[in-house]
Amino acid sequence: MNLSRREQVTGRVFLIALILVTLLPFVSMLSAALQPRGTVPNGLEWPSDPQWGNFADAFTAANMGALLRSSLLIVAGVVPVSVLIATMAGFGLGQLRVPGARLVFGLFLLGLTLPFEAVVTPLYYQMQDLGLLNTRWAIILPLIGLYMPFAVFWMRAHFTNVPVELSEAARVDGSSTWQLFWRVQVPLARPAIASLTILMFLWTWNQFLLAIVLVDDATKRTMAGALGAFQGQWGTDLVLLCAGSLLILTPTLIVFLIFQRQFIKALIQGSVKG
Amino acid sequence: MTSALGSAPTGRDDRRARPTPARAHRSRWARAAGTGWLYVLPALLMYAVFVLRPLVLTLQYSLYDWNGIGVARWVGLDNYLTVFTDSDLLKIIGNAVVLIVFFSFIPVALGLLVASMVRRITTGAFGTVVRTILFLPQVIPLVAAGIAWSWLLSSNGLVNQVLRAVGLGGVARAWLGDFDTALPAVGVIGAWVLLGLCTILLVTGMSKIDPALYEAARLDGAGPVREFLAVTLPSLRQEIGVCLTVTIIAALASFDIVYISTSGGPGLQTTVPGLEIYRLAFSQRQVGLASALAVVLMLLVLACVLPIQRLTRGEKP
Repeated sequence: MNLSRREQVTGRVFLIALILVTLLPFVSMLSAALQPRGTVPNGLEWPSDPQWGNFADAFTAANMGALLRSSLLIVAGVVPVSVLIATMAGFGLGQLRVPGARLVFGLFLLGLTLPFEAVVTPLYYQMQDLGLLNTRWAIILPLIGLYMPFAVFWMRAHFTNVPVELSEAARVDGSSTWQLFWRVQVPLARPAIASLTILMFLWTWNQFLLAIVLVDDATKRTMAGALGAFQGQWGTDLVLLCAGSLLILTPTLIVFLIFQRQFIKALIQGSVKG
Repeated sequence: MTSALGSAPTGRDDRRARPTPARAHRSRWARAAGTGWLYVLPALLMYAVFVLRPLVLTLQYSLYDWNGIGVARWVGLDNYLTVFTDSDLLKIIGNAVVLIVFFSFIPVALGLLVASMVRRITTGAFGTVVRTILFLPQVIPLVAAGIAWSWLLSSNGLVNQVLRAVGLGGVARAWLGDFDTALPAVGVIGAWVLLGLCTILLVTGMSKIDPALYEAARLDGAGPVREFLAVTLPSLRQEIGVCLTVTIIAALASFDIVYISTSGGPGLQTTVPGLEIYRLAFSQRQVGLASALAVVLMLLVLACVLPIQRLTRGEKP
C-alpha cells in the first residue's frame, strides 16, 4: 500500500461526489417530469403523486415511434457502410502495397480534427444540388465521409500490427486478396471492428448539427436533432420537456447498459487513438 | 512500410528460385499493388466527395461576398479582415477560448486530483458501476445535457434551490440568462460532460504507473506535492495530452450545448464560432463571412491541438 489511509478516504469521497454530480441532472429531470402537467416544478422535489402518464403524453407529443424509426434508418445507412469501407481502406493501407499510401493516409489525417462546422455550409448547397435536402440521405452520405478520417485511422492502426507473414501464408495457399481479406483478416479484426461500430452508432445517433442544418422535418432526423425540435416546440412546458428528453434518452441508455463493457472500452480506446 | 517489408524478402527469393515461378510470384505482388488501391478507393471517394470537396468550397466561398442565391462577388481577403477586426466576431472567438478553461482545464485538473488519490478504480462490481456512471454524459446527446442543465440552472432549478437552502438565496439567479454568468454557466455544462471521461482516462493511465516509482519518491522524502510533480505528472503525460486534445476541440467547436441552452444569448455573451457560422450562413445569408470564420476556426483548432500532440507524444519511449 503506498497510499495513506487518509488519502484513500479523500479519494473515495471525491469519487462519490463526482458520481452524485453526474447523476443529479438526471434525477432532477425525472422529478420534474413526474409533476402534474401545467405546474411549475421546483428544483428537486419528489412529487406526492408521481404522474407517470406524462411519459405517455410525451411519447405521443414527440412522435417517438417515427423518431425511433428515423434514427434507426440513419444508423442502418451510415454504420455498416462506414465500417466496411473503412476496414477495407485500413487493410489496404496497412497490409497491401498502395502506391502513394503515405500521401493518402496524410490526406485522411487532415480530417481528424476538422470541426463539422467548417464544411456544413458547402454541404448544404451540395445536398441542394443533389436534390437530397430534407431527406435522410442528406445526413447519411456526409456522415460516412466525415467518419472516414477516424475510421480509417483506427482500422489501419489495427492492420499495421497484424504480421505480414499471415498474408503471405494465405497467398502461398493460393487465396485471392479478397479471400485473404474476408476469410482471414476480418475475423481477426473483430474486436477493432466492434469498437468502431459502437462509436459510429453513438456518434450517428447523437449527431445534431447536420440534422438541424440539412433536414427540417424532425421525423427524418437523428434522435439528437429531433430532441432539438422537441425543445423548440415544448420548451415552455417544462414537465413535458423533461419527460420527452428522458424518453428520447432511453434507447441510448438501454443500449449503453447492455453493452457497457464494450462501450467503455471503445470510448477509452477511441479517445486515446483519436 | 509494411508492404515494403513484405516485398523485400520476396525479391531475394526470386533471384534464387527458377525463372518461371519467380515471375509468377512477382506478378502476383504487382497485382496486389493495384488491388491495394481498390480497397482504399471507396473510403477515399466518400471522403473526397463529402469532406474534401466541401472543404475546398469553404476556402473558395471565404474569398467571395455571396448571399447563397445570387451572383458571388470576389472580395479577396476582405472577409478575413472582417473576422479579425469586427469587435463582435473577435468577442465570439474569445468566448470559445474562455470555454477552453471550463471544457478542458477544469475537467483535467479535477480528473488529476481524483486520479492521484484513487490511483485505480476498484475492479469488480463497484468499479464497473463507477465507470458506467461516469461515462453516462459521454453517451447521451449533448443536446440532452443542454436541456437538463438549462433546467438545473434556471431560476427554479436545483442550483438555486441548493443556494437558498444554504442561505445564499441572494446570489440565486437565472444563471444562463444573466449577462455576467451565462458564459461560465455554459462552461459548467461542458465541464460536466467531459469530467467523467477525463477522470477515467487519467485513472486508467494512473493504474499503469509502476508503484515502485512512488515508493522511491517516498523514500527520498518527497511529500504528496513533490510526488505529484515528479512521478504522476510526467507518467501521465500521454493521457493528459489526450484529454487536452479531446476537450479543447470540444470547446472550440462547441455548438450543440450553446444552441440548446442559450442560443448564444444574452446578447452575444455565449455565442461561439460554430453558432455564428450557422447563423451567418443560414439566417443572415453572409456565406462568405461564415466561411472565413469557419477557416479561422479550423486553423485555431489545429494551432491548439498540434503543439499538444508534439509535446505529449513526441519523446515518449
